[in-house]
Amino acid sequence: MKTHMSALLLITLAIPVYAHSTSMEDQSQLITAAPDPASNRYFQPPQESELPDNAFGKLIQEGRALFVDTKNRAPDYVGNGLACANCHLEQGRKANSAPLWAAYTMYPAYRKKNNKVNSYAERLQGCFVYSMNGKAPAADGPIIAALTAYSYWLATGAPTGQELAGRAYPNVPEPEGGYDLVKGEQVYTAQCAICHGANGEGQKSDQDYVFPPLWGADSFNWGAGMHRINTAAAFIKENMPLGKGGTLSDEDAWHVAAFMNSHERPQDPRLVDGSVEKTRIKYHANDGVNLYGQTINGQTLGQ
Amino acid sequence: MTVSRLFFAGLLLALSAPAMATDPQDVYTQGGANAAAMACVTCHGVNAEGLPAAGFPRIGGLPAGYMRKQLADYASGTRTNPIMQPIASALSPEEIHQVAQTLTDKPWPEVARIGRAAAAQSLGETLALRGAWERNIPECVACHGPGGAGVGVAFPPLAGQSTQYLSSQLNAWRQGTRKNDPNDLMGHIARSMTDAEVQAVSAYFAGLTETGAAQ
Repeated sequence: MKTHMSALLLITLAIPVYAHSTSMEDQSQLITAAPDPASNRYFQPPQESELPDNAFGKLIQEGRALFVDTKNRAPDYVGNGLACANCHLEQGRKANSAPLWAAYTMYPAYRKKNNKVNSYAERLQGCFVYSMNGKAPAADGPIIAALTAYSYWLATGAPTGQELAGRAYPNVPEPEGGYDLVKGEQVYTAQCAICHGANGEGQKSDQDYVFPPLWGADSFNWGAGMHRINTAAAFIKENMPLGKGGTLSDEDAWHVAAFMNSHERPQDPRLVDGSVEKTRIKYHANDGVNLYGQTINGQTLGQ
Repeated sequence: MTVSRLFFAGLLLALSAPAMATDPQDVYTQGGANAAAMACVTCHGVNAEGLPAAGFPRIGGLPAGYMRKQLADYASGTRTNPIMQPIASALSPEEIHQVAQTLTDKPWPEVARIGRAAAAQSLGETLALRGAWERNIPECVACHGPGGAGVGVAFPPLAGQSTQYLSSQLNAWRQGTRKNDPNDLMGHIARSMTDAEVQAVSAYFAGLTETGAAQ
């Protein structure tokens, strides 16, 4: 109940921000209008118990398993310690956390990111290349087939080509006077380090990451959407600390997002001529707020 | 994992045996220098496996950092319990350090590493592996690890504990009588749980090990 209230409040507060916010953000397939504040009813995906007991149901379950246990189930295509479900909460079901049911129905779509019309399979491949810092599974192979089936099933009954409320992480306005890395570190130490570790390294149980690494070699690369501070702030505000989404202030969400994304991480796979500066100009200069190719504490990020 | 832990535990025992005479006494089996610091073995069992019927938890194999924090919290009153508070208050910092180390070297039972990819049918399984996100309850395994095996020093193992202990702790968080978790991470979840969920999820994790179940 309380959550609904604050979600509603958040939406209401977020409206004026949309007007002057990021035309520069590379999410050109997103329609950036604010969700209807009068409606706190989101699309409801089907329940797992409704899955048919046949080959189709089995493929969907495979997709769901891949989604939550990505590294173990697609080891050849995952180059870091993340799982799809780290960013898409509740196994890709949660509204305002980039749910699969809202993504599936919007493809094929043009994306500035690769300057072409992408199929849903190509969109999923992009996740593997950037967010998972790995390799694209074949578009007609079993991994994409399973993830597509899972997405399709979650979107059962949803209209195609129509932006659904709750599709994105709701925008969070940048603090007046900008973000502050020192404050971000304080927020990180107080709220995040207990799970993600003092140095953003995540935490494992046996071989499996339970808490994902936030920067460094085992995290998402510089081409992932989450490297944008504005995107990370929106994700963090909505979802972090896990189970306590909406408790950080807008300012703290930005500060800590900036702190996270002021650290080194794997190179952008689109690297142009081996040059960070050329890559920055081509892919990062007009991609929201990000620190790729910029110098922080004497170190240029993206090396 | 367990084998090597057992090996090291055995090695430690072998190495420490001759030293007993000159070393400070073993807190676990003999208690602290202050008589109020009763020997842990009295209630927690020879192998620190706990006593489910009485609600005494398994403590052998818990991370030393977690044990030190709990004992410090009992001593300061941040965690309350009529039996443990006087005991923890009577232990010296050195004794706390020693007993935490003794305990962490003991083996924790083997846990089936069941994660979110597994099927979930019952209420307990569903809460553990799917959560109840409409109430902001994450999957238990999202923090406590596959099979509730525990993660780091702040997220203790759940499998291996008894239904009685797990449900009593969840209920303590719901009632606000336990609140020594970092940033209310457990408290806010427990307060959103129903009686039936507390019972079901406690029984679920207790049932994941041969020795932790309601046996």
